[in-house]
Amino acid sequence: MSTATGPVAVPPSPERYLAPSVLSVRGLRKSYGATAAVDGVDLDVRRGEIFAFLGPNGAGKTTSVEILEGYRSRDGGEAEVLGVDPRDGTRSWRARIGVVLQTCAVQPELTVAELLRLYGGYYPAPLGVAETLELVGLTEERDRRAGALSGGQQRRLDVGLALVGDPELLFLDEPTTGFDPAARHHTWEVVAGLRDLGKTVFLTTHYMEEAQALADRVAVIARGRIVAEGTPFDLGGRDHAPTTVSFQLPPGVSAGELPAPLGGEPRVLGELVELQTTTPTAALAALAGWADARELELPELEVRRPTLEDIYLRLTEQA
Amino acid sequence: MSDLALTARQLRYDQKSFWRNPQYVFFTVIQPIIFLFIFVSVFGNKTTLVGGHEIKRSTYYVPAIATLAIMSATFFNLTISLSRLRELGILKRIRSTPLPPPVFLAGRIGTSITVSALLVALLLAIGKLLYGVSLPTHTLAAGVATVLVGAAALSCLAFAVTAFVPSEDAAAPVANVIMLPLMFISGIFIPNSEIPAGMRDVANVFPIKHLFESLLRVFDPSVSGAGFAWGHLAIIAGWGLVGALIALWRFRWTPVGQ
Repeated sequence: MSTATGPVAVPPSPERYLAPSVLSVRGLRKSYGATAAVDGVDLDVRRGEIFAFLGPNGAGKTTSVEILEGYRSRDGGEAEVLGVDPRDGTRSWRARIGVVLQTCAVQPELTVAELLRLYGGYYPAPLGVAETLELVGLTEERDRRAGALSGGQQRRLDVGLALVGDPELLFLDEPTTGFDPAARHHTWEVVAGLRDLGKTVFLTTHYMEEAQALADRVAVIARGRIVAEGTPFDLGGRDHAPTTVSFQLPPGVSAGELPAPLGGEPRVLGELVELQTTTPTAALAALAGWADARELELPELEVRRPTLEDIYLRLTEQA
Repeated sequence: MSDLALTARQLRYDQKSFWRNPQYVFFTVIQPIIFLFIFVSVFGNKTTLVGGHEIKRSTYYVPAIATLAIMSATFFNLTISLSRLRELGILKRIRSTPLPPPVFLAGRIGTSITVSALLVALLLAIGKLLYGVSLPTHTLAAGVATVLVGAAALSCLAFAVTAFVPSEDAAAPVANVIMLPLMFISGIFIPNSEIPAGMRDVANVFPIKHLFESLLRVFDPSVSGAGFAWGHLAIIAGWGLVGALIALWRFRWTPVGQ
């Protein structure tokens, strides 16, 4: 995997859909007072996939995850994580999951290697310290005190501590919030590497770029309900959504002179022309032919597919 | 790994954390030694009335400062470190692992008891070498038992108080506001004979005075017999039990902010 470009998610292979479910939720409900924080959520996560759980703050994301991690009780619905109801999370069940909380620290006086050894000892069959250091890219920091690490290194240590017990399923709650881009990409590589180890990852994030880079499947929660579910490529009909072609009108040309048909009705906003079309190639050919015949250049010409973020904003605003 | 081996391991790593934290080492280890020097230097030549007879002030201050040291190694240190571990999310993280919570807690309490015992031994050595305080030999067993019971009870009380500490910053003021007045009225700094009777009655309700008097009995040269102060020890243990029950009822593993 190259450091320059970061990990790239590939569309999931069909086998992934046939893999057994490691996490299954039906009609999950949790209220605080009169407010329903989680209001009938269904989820399925299959073995070996990276599943991203997206949603704005206060949408019920953390509450749902903490119910699945066994931290919170639920008011209704069914939940099964690795075949066990997280409500009665036993010691042997805890040995099979790894949790990276949204805000958590470690004893700052201990070194990276000491912490991995300490936490590894809690599990029946831990990974080696050297192996874990390698996986999270902290080999050079092994003898540094945890309190002296940078934010990105501490986060990777968090992942290392969740990983050292060799769990089958990892919960990562907003693993890169507040990171600079380099640290974010470094952490993504670590997470993408978990896929190669056959781990299942349940990731929450509010960076769409992160979901796009890492996730096999995503679900969007808003106001306590799942509003869309799919791959980063087809979420909310993203794969069928129209393409936007935009450009500025060349000087001395009015919108009325544009060729028709363009496969969509152009919207003119001052100098800017924006066209939503499901046949962008034909629209571009018509535009290019028209401009070429008049020896015109179209300033600021752009062809844009809706990003995951566009889809996400539409979904969470509607809800 | 058995739970016992896990506890021993937890204790080892907690010890590492403790001794590498300069703030903990200063307040818990260095400060009582400074206090011993100051109090013995200022009042050392006098005598004070204990149980109807005079004893040297230096003999008085070794168990007094030992009580203070046990307080800071257990009650003060645990209230601060547990509040910090909780607010930083470390306790919450521990809960996500298969480590049984009682093992984690036993490690913390074990660390405090170990540091207490070390400190009492250190204060005793200083008292003996610098001020000629006689070492308790026939009361040694009572001394060890008192340190263990006192440290365990005060640790339990720290868990109880931590349950009501709202933030990391509030831990030290809360611990101090409980400890300092109690130490003053329990005769730790000012000899008991100079404290008004009403205040002594208040002090008698709380465990500090009983811990101090049990230790004083151990050091008092005129005491014959094994030196066990059963009444005092029972009151200390009772407070520990109350602390443990409150902790079971209210102690939380997640940050208060969440």
